[in-house]
Amino acid sequence: MGQATHVAEMFRRRDIASRWYLSAPALVIIALAAVGPLFVMLMYSFMVKGPYGDVLYWQFSSQGWFDVFFERDIFDDTLSIADGHLIILWRSLKLAGLTTLATLILGFPTAYFISTRAPGSRDIWLFLVTIPFWTNILIRTFAIQETVRNGGVINSGLLYLGLIDQPIQILYTDVAILVGMVYVYLPLMVLPVYASLEKLDFRLVEAGYDLYASRTQVLRRIILPLTKPGLIAGSILVFIPSIGAYVTPRVLGGGKNLMLGNLIELQFGQGRNWPLGAALSITLMVIVTAALLVYVRNASKSGASHGH
Amino acid sequence: MGRHVIAIDVRAVRKLFKGAGQDDVAALDDVSVSIRENEFFTLLGPSGCGKTTLLRLIAGFEFPTDGQIMLYGEDIAMLPPYKRPVNTVFQNYALFPHMTVAENIGFGLEMLGQPKDQISQRVDEMLALVQMSDLKNRRTAQISGGQQQRVALARALAPKPKVLLLDEPLSALDYKLRKDMQIELKRLQSETGITFIFVTHDQEEALTMSDRIAVMSKGKILQVGSPRDIYERPAERFVANFIGETNMLKGSILARQGERVEVQLRNGPKVVASVPEDFSVAGEVTVVVRPEHARLVAKEQDAHFSGILKNSVFFGTDTHLHIKLPDRSTFIVRQQNSDNSELKLQKDDLVHIAIAANTPRVLRD
Repeated sequence: MGQATHVAEMFRRRDIASRWYLSAPALVIIALAAVGPLFVMLMYSFMVKGPYGDVLYWQFSSQGWFDVFFERDIFDDTLSIADGHLIILWRSLKLAGLTTLATLILGFPTAYFISTRAPGSRDIWLFLVTIPFWTNILIRTFAIQETVRNGGVINSGLLYLGLIDQPIQILYTDVAILVGMVYVYLPLMVLPVYASLEKLDFRLVEAGYDLYASRTQVLRRIILPLTKPGLIAGSILVFIPSIGAYVTPRVLGGGKNLMLGNLIELQFGQGRNWPLGAALSITLMVIVTAALLVYVRNASKSGASHGH
Repeated sequence: MGRHVIAIDVRAVRKLFKGAGQDDVAALDDVSVSIRENEFFTLLGPSGCGKTTLLRLIAGFEFPTDGQIMLYGEDIAMLPPYKRPVNTVFQNYALFPHMTVAENIGFGLEMLGQPKDQISQRVDEMLALVQMSDLKNRRTAQISGGQQQRVALARALAPKPKVLLLDEPLSALDYKLRKDMQIELKRLQSETGITFIFVTHDQEEALTMSDRIAVMSKGKILQVGSPRDIYERPAERFVANFIGETNMLKGSILARQGERVEVQLRNGPKVVASVPEDFSVAGEVTVVVRPEHARLVAKEQDAHFSGILKNSVFFGTDTHLHIKLPDRSTFIVRQQNSDNSELKLQKDDLVHIAIAANTPRVLRD
């Protein structure tokens, strides 16, 4: 590289550096809305809990973090692992995983169906998929509750048809929670999967059939690998909110089985243990971030090779 | 002509597509054609003539509304594509972007459930055949258009199909590469001995590569024949117009003797012309004369017509002379350029035209 281009490049950089203030509005928003709250949370997690909630400011303690992982027996003060928290964490991960899997299984055929319609009618189908978004999540969840409760549509329908003698208990079970979660998060799966299916060149599908691949082989060897970016994006979009899900497990699960979201809420509410709540929140965030990093890195290894 | 083994026999096939409103659009209307084993058969026609639809019916991507498609005597019209021993080279190659060159070529064999060592052996064979061995492990996005073309060919040939279908495979290549690939395709066809069905809208490509050509228009096959047949003995106005340049002259039939007729041209002279098979028209007809079958002569008594030179267009190997005839129509004469043939004629000179014996052709319409 010649001296002239080097000098030009140097001046260009200096020029950009001298105008950093142009990005100030964005920096302010990030500082106030993302970094700031996280920092406050981090600080709270290291402070001493106040007697009626809140924290005692500028009195630092690691008790909040200690409580995340260990518990002290109330009678003999022996230390043990906080297995209650682990159980709740495992339950939340399981629910989020199952929700992601179920939305994948339901969302992929839905997206495939939409992407194979005539271009004009695709917009109508997409519109129908997004309609539930217009309604508040709490209202949608109560709608599910109405449907599955003992005197609800499903049970009274089955009773009327004589298929059962007494109502099946669906509400306040894990099934009800899963149904509610899938219902709430399905559009978040359908939309990104549709976006990548729409970009799929269907001549590749024909080429697969032409080369003796059956329907399942075409799906497994051609369609799924080529729509992987959409499947990954959809899984992330569903997994992240479902691991911290709060309303749906509360309303449909009856609060019997605590989820991470409910546990955290409890610390800031009745528990009056804000440092523990803050520490749990940060733990959740770290777990999600770590899981995502692993996932995205694995995905991009095979994804980058075909230019997506 | 000996007996030919028929590889593909298309029998009275119709294909309707849902049109706007109530009307269905016939993409293929009662098409019948027999394609012989080991031949390079071309479906030629303008876009929308139904040639690609016919190819897709043979491949199994579409199913006919009516009719049969026989592959060595077995009706395959309703079989799904993965149950037909027929492979396709797609217009834009349709290579799998998430696989390497070798994985693409081996895909069909893998789906047929062949053992791994056999697949890799066959893949190497195919790579050598299309001269791509050194790019074996490249991704398809990392190779040029011409190389992708070769991979597409190798992929379709690897499972040893009974018939190879080629859907305008050369249209995305630039001129020089297209010429090279035309020769390459002919070589592959003779080396593999596989029946090729080739779809194109390029008449020159069709003439240079094919053993036989079917000219299609508006969902029908108008004429099937060798390139020479199609070029020199067109049966229909569309065929004569679509392939090569033509002079169309009006005339009326005076006498007929078998395949030959004597025609009184409207511009004056009588000529002897050949007629298509099962020709039964009497009276007004159109006679076709190819520009290279006419030449300028010095003396008027040797000529069929005279006219005024209006334009001359230089084409490198030859020159086209546009001559205005007395009835104000234009007649084109093609003269081959040689070192002493540089034109000494001026615009608006009177010239005399002679037509070579036995070359005029009467059209069916």
